[in-house]
Amino acid sequence: MAYHCTIRGFTYVFHSLKQLLAKASPLRSGDMLAGLGAETYEERIAAQIALADVRLTDFLNEAVIPYEADEVTRLIIDTHDKAGFSRISHFTVGELRDWLLSDEADTTVIASIRQGLTPEMVAAVSKLMRNQDLILVAKKCEVVTRFRNTLGLKGHLSVRLQPNHPVDDMRGIAASMLDGLMYGSGDATIGINPATDSPAITGRLLHMIDELRERFEIPTQSCVLSHITTTIELINQGIPVDLVFQSIAGTEKANASFGVSLATLREGYEAGLSLNRGTVGQNLMYFETGQGSALSANAHHGVDQQTCEVRAYAVARQYNPLLVNSVVGFIGPEYLFDGKQITRAGLEDHFCGKLMGLPMGMDICYTNHAQADQDDMDNLLTLLGVAGINFIMGVPGADDIMLNYQSTSFHDALYVRRVLGLRPAPEFEQWLIRQSIMDEHGKRLFSGTQKRLYAGLFEA
Amino acid sequence: MSELRKTWLDQDDWASLKTYTDARIALGKTGVSMPMRESLAFKLAHAHAKDAVYSALYKDSLRQALTDLGLPVVDVHSQAQNRDQYLQRPDYGRRLSADSVTHLKQLAAPATDLSIILADGLSAEAINQNAVPVIDLLSRTTVKAGFTLAPVVMVEQGRVAIADEIGSLLNARMTIMFIGERPGLSSADSMGAYLTYAPQVGLTDERRNCISNIRPQGLSTVLAVDKIMYLVQEAFRLQLSGVQLKDKDDTNRQIS
Repeated sequence: MAYHCTIRGFTYVFHSLKQLLAKASPLRSGDMLAGLGAETYEERIAAQIALADVRLTDFLNEAVIPYEADEVTRLIIDTHDKAGFSRISHFTVGELRDWLLSDEADTTVIASIRQGLTPEMVAAVSKLMRNQDLILVAKKCEVVTRFRNTLGLKGHLSVRLQPNHPVDDMRGIAASMLDGLMYGSGDATIGINPATDSPAITGRLLHMIDELRERFEIPTQSCVLSHITTTIELINQGIPVDLVFQSIAGTEKANASFGVSLATLREGYEAGLSLNRGTVGQNLMYFETGQGSALSANAHHGVDQQTCEVRAYAVARQYNPLLVNSVVGFIGPEYLFDGKQITRAGLEDHFCGKLMGLPMGMDICYTNHAQADQDDMDNLLTLLGVAGINFIMGVPGADDIMLNYQSTSFHDALYVRRVLGLRPAPEFEQWLIRQSIMDEHGKRLFSGTQKRLYAGLFEA
Repeated sequence: MSELRKTWLDQDDWASLKTYTDARIALGKTGVSMPMRESLAFKLAHAHAKDAVYSALYKDSLRQALTDLGLPVVDVHSQAQNRDQYLQRPDYGRRLSADSVTHLKQLAAPATDLSIILADGLSAEAINQNAVPVIDLLSRTTVKAGFTLAPVVMVEQGRVAIADEIGSLLNARMTIMFIGERPGLSSADSMGAYLTYAPQVGLTDERRNCISNIRPQGLSTVLAVDKIMYLVQEAFRLQLSGVQLKDKDDTNRQIS
């Protein structure tokens, strides 16, 4: 189907929904690399004007990637909630935007329609929204998940403690873990990116975190972010696996480039559930995503990178995840060129994920070949804090010495909690107070805890 | 009005743990924020990393060193003309320039087991500093194990996937590419190794195995070559590489 917009006597014609979505997308280098982005500023706005008038029902009649060609499309169509959708089926994309911002659209009503929204509808509406719109609507969404603590409650901000080490040295990882715990980080998860995909080392790291967690009764969950097939192997060996991790994308072919399919994800999810290790809930999947991954795998089918990203959220929500985060600036300047593009993408990803019903966090980050620096991260961190993000990363000094990029630090988490009055997950906050690490105002105390943790980690 | 006292920084009394990691731990704080000294140290490291991205291969000295080891060297260039284009067009960095294709075809290379490739990637400095000792040990070890080697190929403005085109033009059964990784703040010289069995244009990352962070402060030359050899032997045994090929060779890992 073709879409039109006439401006000053010139008629722009967009030949398909996927072309319209791509042309309406705010400027980013990845869409230009793919040859999909608008060629002029005017063309972009023409596409947005045309997109605002597209009816939501049209999205159900025109798949951006054919049903026959892609299992993610099949998932989106086959799981679409017609009852939820019936409440908004008379909207255009522009009317959906106005409704989401209206006072009628509160947390409960938004939650009641979320399963009726396809990722393409959500991507479309985000393209018509300014940054403040993305923040305001995201803040209305509340997505709460549970494993050994409660994440995502309004007024709370959690941190994934990321204690990576270049050669998976146990003491090096333990040192960063202790540092993070003493700065009040680690409630989302203590999650290590292993340097290589060795099952033996992954198993040993899981044992180490698990022993520490049990000994100090820390209400959190552990994760080693290995490939899901490795994690399944470890579960079969009886290793204490809390969370099942996998990077995912929005097309079948891109997922294949990660070595996974929907069936693999299902297998991992069921393996995790079989251990029954959660104490307050059984949300146990941890997914990472990021704009540009489908293009990077040459698996985007001519769909713009932001729409592909939201399709990944449709994959994620099938498995009731505890944590989902976009690794927004990790992929590099060929997809998100500078601080402005990273900021925009971060706000889009958070908004779209929350609207889809996901417990969104963000790895607020950049690489050294992008035109960005820590000031850009400060800005995005503050904006996402205002938007009600569930969790961020805590990396010692914001410098990941294994993955070679910059994220947010334990100090950054304390900063955003302080300026916005946010608190850790309730169970974890109580633990910090019990251990005399922090008081109820988030002020750090000096106690003997670090010595006990030290002994637990290094002298056992 | 009385004079305000200077801030007494909160020190972290686990600073001794810095002996176990280069991570920025036990930084201390003022209020909840990073102390001045640490903030400036971070900015300086970022400046070094930015400079590494724009560094270039020392082609003459690399060629000389490899020739001295008895390894012939072939120079090629990707389709990316310069660094700025390279950063924005990874597709250009994954394919050889027309001249380079012609050059490799003219070699009419006989079939070999392994093609060793060097590429600047995102830090030529990493290759300049770390490649020669690793290739020295690797070439001796592989030859001793009975593998045959194609000439070493040195790529300017190259990305990982360009190894597929090189490997197939050189008629090699497997490629081992050494490439400068994205510079981190504390490691602007980190080298990665990517192994691909049955290289051909169009492969994606699930077909590769990666060993990361090869440098004196990271994975040492000896351990890196051990790991590569394990993966090479397994790849030839299973006739594949990538996610199906697990890295189980962890016996030399430092375990506390």
